Amino acid sequence: MDKILRIDMGAAGGPSMKEEPVGAYAGLGGRAMTSAIVSKEVPPLCHPLGAENKLVFAPGLLSGSAAVISGRLSVGCKSPLTGTIKEANSGGQAAIAISRYGYAAIVLEGKPATNDLYVIHFGKDGVKIKSDKSLKMLPNYDLVDKMKAAYGEKIACISIGPAGEMRMGAASIAVTDMETRPSRHAGRGGVGAVMGSKGVKAIVLDMTDLKMRQPKDVEKFREANKKFTEGLKSHPVTGQALPAYGTNVLTNILNEAGGYPTKNFSGGVFDGSAKISGETIADLETKRGGLATHGCHTGCVIQCSGTYVDKNGKFVSKQPEYETVWAHGGHCGISDPDVIAKLDFMDDNYGLDTIEMGVTIGVAMEAGIIKFGDAEGAIRLVDEVGKGTPLGRILGSGAEVTGKAFGVERVPVVKGQAMPAYDPRAVQGIGVTYATSTMGADHTAGYAVATNILKVGGFVDPLKPDGQIELSRNLQIATAAVDSTGMCLFIAFAVLDQPETFQALIDMLNAFYGLSLTADDVAALGKQVLSMERDFNARAGFTAKHDRLPRYFLNEKLAPHNVIFDVKDSDLDQVFNW
Amino acid sequence: MGPISVKVKLFASLRTGRFEERDMELAPGTSVRALVHALGIPGQEVTLILVNRRHRDWDHVLAHGETCALFPPVGGG
Repeated sequence: MDKILRIDMGAAGGPSMKEEPVGAYAGLGGRAMTSAIVSKEVPPLCHPLGAENKLVFAPGLLSGSAAVISGRLSVGCKSPLTGTIKEANSGGQAAIAISRYGYAAIVLEGKPATNDLYVIHFGKDGVKIKSDKSLKMLPNYDLVDKMKAAYGEKIACISIGPAGEMRMGAASIAVTDMETRPSRHAGRGGVGAVMGSKGVKAIVLDMTDLKMRQPKDVEKFREANKKFTEGLKSHPVTGQALPAYGTNVLTNILNEAGGYPTKNFSGGVFDGSAKISGETIADLETKRGGLATHGCHTGCVIQCSGTYVDKNGKFVSKQPEYETVWAHGGHCGISDPDVIAKLDFMDDNYGLDTIEMGVTIGVAMEAGIIKFGDAEGAIRLVDEVGKGTPLGRILGSGAEVTGKAFGVERVPVVKGQAMPAYDPRAVQGIGVTYATSTMGADHTAGYAVATNILKVGGFVDPLKPDGQIELSRNLQIATAAVDSTGMCLFIAFAVLDQPETFQALIDMLNAFYGLSLTADDVAALGKQVLSMERDFNARAGFTAKHDRLPRYFLNEKLAPHNVIFDVKDSDLDQVFNW
Repeated sequence: MGPISVKVKLFASLRTGRFEERDMELAPGTSVRALVHALGIPGQEVTLILVNRRHRDWDHVLAHGETCALFPPVGGG
C-alpha cells in the first residue's frame, strides 16, 4: 500500500492513468487519506459534480492484512448533498482487494466531455479502462451479474446504479460482499452522484491470487490480533447481541427510551415497533431459512448482518440495518418487515442511501404526497426515483430538496443531510453530533447513543444537555481515528469498555508498520482528521451558524418526555476546542 | 397495603425461556433488583433498566402502574 493510482477521466482522447508513490500522504489510511487528499487538492468552492472535484477510494491502514474486521473502505469527495467534505464508509470486499493491489488510494479526477460510461478493471494484466454504453441505467444487481459474466466469479465490485448516473443527492456507491452481492454501500452524502459525474459505472477488482499484506513484526502482530479478537468475542455487545440480532436490536431500546423518531420526528414512540424489531426479524429470518448471523466482509468476527428471505425462502435482501428499518419503517409509519426488506433491496439496486431515501419518503408523507403508513405508496415512490420520473428526481435529491419543493417546514436535516434514527431531543448527545459533524447529520460521526442510551463507555443522561459536548467531542475524535484504520466502527463497543482491547488495536498498528504509537497519538490522528475536514468546510463557506439543528427541534417538544433540544449554541461552538 | 401491578418487558436474549411482556403483581417496595432476582435472571445479564422510558438503577423502587423494561447489553448503529 505504497502507491496511489490517479485516473483522469477527463483526459483528451479518453481516461488516462498515473501511478505515483504515496509521498506526502504516507502513513494515512481510510478517512485520514480521503480527507487529506480532498482537503488539500479539491478547491472547496468547486461544484461537487464538476471536473475539479475528486472521488477518493481508500482502504484502511490494516485492510488486506490478517487483522480481523479491517475491511472498511472510505470514499471521499466534496459532497453534492451537503456541500461539505465527505467520507462515506462501506463494508464489503473492495478495501481488501484495493489494498492487496498495493494502492493506498484510487483517485478519480476530471470529468469526461462525452457521455461515455466506463468500467475500470484491475486484474493480472494491470488496470484497464473501457467504455460500455450497454451498462447505462443498469441497477446494481444486474450490473454485478454482467461483471461476473465478463470478469469471473471471484471479483469485488464498486458500482453505481441509475441514481448515481442521474447524479442524485441520495445516490450511494455499492460494494459487493462475500457473496458478490452489491449489498454494502458507501451510502451518505451523494457520493454515487460524484462517481456518476466522473462517468464511472464500476470498478471491478479480480480477487484471484491476491496476497495478504504482511506485517513488519509477524509475531507481535499475531499476538495483538489474537488479543483484539478475544476482546471482541468476550464483550457482550460485539460477542453476543450484534451477532444474534444485528443492529436492529436498537428498535426496541430506542422505542422504550422514547427516542425513536416516529412519523417524521413527530413523536418518540412507535406503536408498530414490535413488528419490525431486531428480535422479530432475526426470528423471521431463522424460521424462513435465511440467516440471522453473517459478516459483510472476509475477516469480520462480529457478524452483525444476515440474509432476509421471503416466506418461500427466496432471497429478498441482506438483513436491513437498524437505520434502514427505522427510515423505511417507523419514520414512515410502516410496520411490515417484508415491505422494509423490499425497500432495502430497491435502494441497494437503484443505488440509494437508505437513510436519505427513507427520511425523504417520510417528508413526502408529511407533504401529503402519500399518507403515513402507505407501504405500497412508499414502494411506488422509490420506484419513481429509480426510473427518474420528474417526481422521482425531486425525491432522489434528498429530504431537504423534497421539503423545499413541497413547502414542508419540518425537514430533519443538518447541512442538507437527513438525520438518522435517533431523535436529538430525547438523545441530546447525538444531537450535538448531528449539529457539529463535518459530514452533516451523521450518527456514525460520534455515536453518543452508546453512552446516552446503551450505557457503553459510561452513562450520560440522554434527556439533559449536561456532559453532551464533551461526550460528542471525544467520540468524534475517536471515530475519525477508527475510520482511518479500516476497522469496523462497531469495535468501539468493546474498545470503549475494555482498555486492553484498545491497547491490542494500537499494538496491531505498531506491529504492522514498525511504529510506537500511543493512545495519545491515536487521539492526535483523530483531531488531525477533524481539523482538515473543518478547514475544508470553512473554506467552502461553512460557519458556526451551520452547526445547528433545524429550529423546530428547539421549539417543539417531543412526546413522551416532552423535551426540546436543550444544548446551547455557545456550547455547540466548543465541540472542536480541544 | 395490597400488591402493586407492574408491567414487565424483557428484550433480546432475556426473552429466551421466559416471556416478552407480563403484568406482574408485586409487593409494595419491590426494587428492580428484587424483581430481576424473582424472575431468576442472573444480575450480570441485565445492563439496561428503563422504567416508564427513563433509565433507572437497581435500587429503583417500582410503583403501581409502572412499566419496567429490561435489556441485556445491546449495541448497534
